[in-house]
Amino acid sequence: MHAIVTVIGHDRVGIIAGICVALANINVNVLDISQTILGGMFTMIMLVDIKEASVPFDRIAAALDEVGERLGVNIRIQREDIFNAMHRV
Amino acid sequence: MLNQREIFETQHMIDREHLDIRTITMGVSLRDCAHGDVNIATRKIYDKITRCAERLVSVGEDIEREMGIPIVNKRISVTPMALVAEASETEDYVPFALAMDRAAEACGVNFIGGFSALVQKGFTAGDRRLIAAIPEALATTKYVCSSVNVASTRAGINMDAVRLMGEVIKATAERTADQDGLGCAKLVVFCNAVEDNPFMAGAFHGTGEAECVINVGVSGPGVVYHALKEVRGASIDVVAETVKKTAFKVTRMGQLIAREASMRLNVPFGIVDLSLAPTPAQGDSVARILEEMGLERCGTHGTTAALALLNDAVKKGGVMASSQVGGLSGAFIPVSEDEGMIAAAQAGTLTIDKLEAMTCVCSVGLDMIAVPGDTPAETISAIIADEAAIGMINSKTTAVRIIPAPGKQVGDMVEMGGLLGSAPVMPVHTESSAAFIQRGGRIPAPLNALRN
Repeated sequence: MHAIVTVIGHDRVGIIAGICVALANINVNVLDISQTILGGMFTMIMLVDIKEASVPFDRIAAALDEVGERLGVNIRIQREDIFNAMHRV
Repeated sequence: MLNQREIFETQHMIDREHLDIRTITMGVSLRDCAHGDVNIATRKIYDKITRCAERLVSVGEDIEREMGIPIVNKRISVTPMALVAEASETEDYVPFALAMDRAAEACGVNFIGGFSALVQKGFTAGDRRLIAAIPEALATTKYVCSSVNVASTRAGINMDAVRLMGEVIKATAERTADQDGLGCAKLVVFCNAVEDNPFMAGAFHGTGEAECVINVGVSGPGVVYHALKEVRGASIDVVAETVKKTAFKVTRMGQLIAREASMRLNVPFGIVDLSLAPTPAQGDSVARILEEMGLERCGTHGTTAALALLNDAVKKGGVMASSQVGGLSGAFIPVSEDEGMIAAAQAGTLTIDKLEAMTCVCSVGLDMIAVPGDTPAETISAIIADEAAIGMINSKTTAVRIIPAPGKQVGDMVEMGGLLGSAPVMPVHTESSAAFIQRGGRIPAPLNALRN
């Protein structure tokens, strides 16, 4: 099952590293990453596979919240289905 | 892979434009709960509802978290209670409402619909007992919603029921006078009621429905409003296309959530109701959409045309986005639940007469309108008759949900709280309709009922 992780916040060292470590710890596989600086803001979208995750969805979200708080960025995880439903016929 | 613009567009709609799923409503048949003993019947009703809907709220919350979209309401609709209660040897149907209320509380839903009777052509003894119980039922329960269908295109208008419902609405207001007549906000009088409506207060689980189904109501006035802001000054064709595209996206959300909920609850998916349901929140108003089209204030000349365009474009956009469309499907115009409607009513631009015209071209009818507490029952009945006539002749659903707020005068505000919002008390015509209403009888089915 795929999910989209979106990250927005002030750029700093270690954002991608911090998030990837947190995801690796709960066996979430990163499939794709696109990252830019938009108007001075760090903006990243990750496609991840949560099928083999070692914890349920709400714990994945909680783990990301914790990293986000530590790094001072906003992280959100949503199932890919919601975006596909809206934008793909 | 999805691109950045698409992902942020969806998130923006949810964060800033009030995109949400308005309701997941589980329809539950209670036809197997009828029993001669009222205590056994009410126990069976409680047991069946709680058994079917036990996981409804928790599954809804799980889906919310995983998809990242709010599901504002989780609700239950049941078989019109008059049909179930009729087998019980009792004159008092209030215990059936109390059983529904206890079941709703146990399941954690915020409304349960179906304390209802269908009397478009005539009353059974059970229908009469249910209607008599409505004021007490709505005053003594928290979650129960009631509806009565008094007319249809095929049957005409039951004017005895219309007269009775004027009295019932007045009595319900009096029984809940300490809350400005709040009971009336949970009571709908229909013409051509639909059997799979997921929206309250008019939801019930029709007799043609399956044992248990999941129906979903979408929303999205805020999203449509923001989309129209982007095409300000463009021709009306562009407006229609923009609404269609937006409605498509909104409805796809509803279809996704409906399918997911249906799968997890192991209950068949019924329908998605293509609706624009406003909330009292700033930026989630149907009236503001009409104003964005170029009207200085909702209710002025041009409002009916703008609403007709909106309603039609919502359906056209939504119908391809869902595999099963049903319910009421159209734009709602509940005055107290729409910030722009409230403002227009306070300014005096939006009147009951104009709202009546608007109900010819959109979903449902005179909805969440507060009128002076001293409005005669016959005047309320006459308002119901007018709405029912519009529904009957145009083969559409119309409804009246009106609050004659005890002790309130034109210009006062009635506070309903929460999603029900607040309503300015609107003037009604003071000339009497009593002699017309007191005639009773039936308005015959119209010529367009003869379709075979």
